[in-house]
Amino acid sequence: MTTNRKHGLSILIIFFVIIVTTPSWISGQESAKESQLIQVPPPPFSEDIFPCTECHGDMEPNPERRILEEMHDDIILKHDEKNRWCLDCHDKKNRDKLHLANGKLIDFTESYKLCGQCHGPKLREWKNGVHGKRTGYWNGKKKYLLCAHCHNPHSPKYKKMKPEPAPADPMKGRK
Amino acid sequence: MKFINFIKESFKVIMKGNKYYYVWISSLLLLIIWGGLGYFEQLKNGLAVTNMNDSISWGFYIGNFTFLVGVAAAAILLVIPAYIYHWKPIKEITIFGELLAVSAVIMALGFVIVDMGGPFRLWHMIPFVGLLNFPDSLLAWDSIVLSLYFILNLVIVTYLLYMHFAKKEYNKKIFNKLILLSIPMAISIHTVTAFLFNGLAARPYWNSALLAPKFIASAFCSGPAVLLILFQILKKTTKFDIKQEAIEKIAELMAYSMFLYLFLFFSEIFKEVYSNTHHVVHLKYLFLGVKGHNDLVLYAWMSIIFSIIAFLLFLIPKTRKNIITLNLGAVLIYIGVYIEKGIALITPGYSPDTLGQLYIYRPSMIEIRTAAMIFSLGFLLFTFMSKIAVEIIFKDLNINKIPKQS
Amino acid sequence: MEGKKTIEKKESRRTFLKKSALASTFATLAACGSDTSWEEFFQKNFRTLDDDDKKKIIERLENKYTEKYGKKFSVSSKDPIDETLFGYGLDISRCIGCRKCVYACAEENNQSRDPQIHWITVLEMAKDKGVDLFHSHADYDRELVPEDDHFYFPVACQQCENPPCTKVCPVGATWKEKDGIVVVDYNWCIGCRFCMAACPYGARHFNWAEPDVPKDEINPVTHYYGNRPRMKGVVEKCTFCIQRVREGLYPSCVEICPVGARKFGNLLDPDSEIRYILKHKRVLVLKEELNTQPKFYYFY
Repeated sequence: MTTNRKHGLSILIIFFVIIVTTPSWISGQESAKESQLIQVPPPPFSEDIFPCTECHGDMEPNPERRILEEMHDDIILKHDEKNRWCLDCHDKKNRDKLHLANGKLIDFTESYKLCGQCHGPKLREWKNGVHGKRTGYWNGKKKYLLCAHCHNPHSPKYKKMKPEPAPADPMKGRK
Repeated sequence: MKFINFIKESFKVIMKGNKYYYVWISSLLLLIIWGGLGYFEQLKNGLAVTNMNDSISWGFYIGNFTFLVGVAAAAILLVIPAYIYHWKPIKEITIFGELLAVSAVIMALGFVIVDMGGPFRLWHMIPFVGLLNFPDSLLAWDSIVLSLYFILNLVIVTYLLYMHFAKKEYNKKIFNKLILLSIPMAISIHTVTAFLFNGLAARPYWNSALLAPKFIASAFCSGPAVLLILFQILKKTTKFDIKQEAIEKIAELMAYSMFLYLFLFFSEIFKEVYSNTHHVVHLKYLFLGVKGHNDLVLYAWMSIIFSIIAFLLFLIPKTRKNIITLNLGAVLIYIGVYIEKGIALITPGYSPDTLGQLYIYRPSMIEIRTAAMIFSLGFLLFTFMSKIAVEIIFKDLNINKIPKQS
Repeated sequence: MEGKKTIEKKESRRTFLKKSALASTFATLAACGSDTSWEEFFQKNFRTLDDDDKKKIIERLENKYTEKYGKKFSVSSKDPIDETLFGYGLDISRCIGCRKCVYACAEENNQSRDPQIHWITVLEMAKDKGVDLFHSHADYDRELVPEDDHFYFPVACQQCENPPCTKVCPVGATWKEKDGIVVVDYNWCIGCRFCMAACPYGARHFNWAEPDVPKDEINPVTHYYGNRPRMKGVVEKCTFCIQRVREGLYPSCVEICPVGARKFGNLLDPDSEIRYILKHKRVLVLKEELNTQPKFYYFY
């Protein structure tokens, strides 16, 4: 190889190394900080159902917008259901993946990219740690959750919960 | 030697008396024991035996403390007019004023001690041995001025009585200087106590610039009331030669200070009601009740109505000269100020609390018992000291009357 | 003229009096159910002690607590981390009033169960009234939260930069540390409760009786200024979980909040979550006009 070509090749190699080692959703932040963030694995929404391709691998996809009756009828879609249905997020050909508006396939571990398409400001705040819960070290490793951990994508409205008991009357037991 | 005789003879004086004296002393001792057992409950189980809680963290004890500091201050303030008007028995007036001041300070300090969560830790307040947060903490200031005031009064009154007993001429120069010093000291103890409260931005009911002047004015109405009654008793039962016009002058001066007190009180009411901010809720709770809670309403109105009646009784010369209405006025103003500086000062400051929640406070049995113990102790000490003073000054107990020991 | 004998008599009288005064003090203390030892009683204000004395006190306390609760106790005396000033963010658009923080805090910080002490008070407010303390409710008792048309406002120690509570303490038992946490030396506090009168946020709590924490629930990982077991007659309050944050951990309330409404970090670190909040969100503090400069920032 000529010296020029050698130089060109090494530059290309360095370029690819940088691209691969930098986590994909960081823009302009040091990688040292991001290595502090540990993702909690995505939750399953239906029991014993992953990987989806086990059933959908040899099924003919039905792209007709409808309410499902034969399977997955336990999933009630309440997320802009007038305009959206399953295959707007789940990929038609590979059910183990989700797809973005531009067709790009993403893993369930990157589902926030899908949510962020419509919920941009929330995504920005979630990336900065202001939206959603983080646990761990304020000056070190933190665990972060995906959107799907708190908001069921099929029916995202946060459910009310039973509160812990009210404070006791301070005069209880006093004369 | 002579001083030891003075102490010995004083002991003998308080040991004997007529049957009324013995009944009085025994009742006080009984109350002290009854109260003391109650306080022991508190030491054992903590302040949970009171009715205070996180929202109402001060109550009956601190209310009594504040009132008694006022009495202690006022007892000395009587000395100013005694000097200005050249009242003849000025020494005697001073002595009884000092005795009342000493007893009141002891009671005030007693109430502070019983209010502490850790009374055995009070040594933490001693400078150098512990850590006294001076000058930031107003309580640090209060502990210093109260201690100094107590020592000053004790020294003055002991010195005067001892000199009288030893038939020696007291050093007028030093004595006069000390008396004069006790006047700004008296003002200072009550001002510092007022500053304890009005320095707290967290409590809008107390955070008023008028609190210190109001304290002094109300102290000067109520403190002399005790002495007024005492002097009338002494005039009848001993050779205490206080002129009727001196008593009337005291009453007249009390009338002026009552006016000032009522004016300051009215000024505060106006500011709260006219500005009508959220802070008016504390005053509303006191005088009208809030959210169905009206426990203090009766006492609040009693206080102001009694004070106004007393003011009128003292202002009108006819009622001021009448012995019945004069004494009625003295009792009324005393009750009025006791409420105003006690429960009507402390509780509305905490109701509603800093987060807007409303809690109700009423002293518990243990608090009443402990207060009875302290008041009885104070009355006992005042009785003893007064008896000694009467014996030395009016019954001429002196060093020459002691049988010589061979 | 006093002879040698009289002087000796006087001195022995003096020592006798001193000894009997001390003995009666301890007798009364014992009668009142106190388990204070001689050394503990005479212990000085912790921040004035040197490292050796501090070590001895820590050891004594660890032994005492281990024996009392049957669990191996550790009492940290860790100093503030350099270049750290703690700040707290609370998202009032997210809090649902579940009170999980209240009870997580009580467990982590060994708060008395009976009488009940809670360092966090959650206020339920009506949306049409806004942040109006007098019309808020601390004792709300709903089937489900959040109640429609209401929002929730948790309050604990605001860790003020200009604290009104530390200046009133007559014995200097409470002060602000370098990392911004306002702490109490429980062994120095005399229980006068002046600081409770001075706090505008109702953040300070008093041990009106001997605190009661069940042995099986007590947290043995403690800090001297934080969650170590207290005694009756002393004041306590939120310390931002000093035993956790000085080790780099989040406070317990931050970790337990199911909706992530609680944020915590170092105000001196420009990349921290709390600095992002201060820069980008709408931030308010309680009773701002009192100039207490809280480091507890509410935002939405």
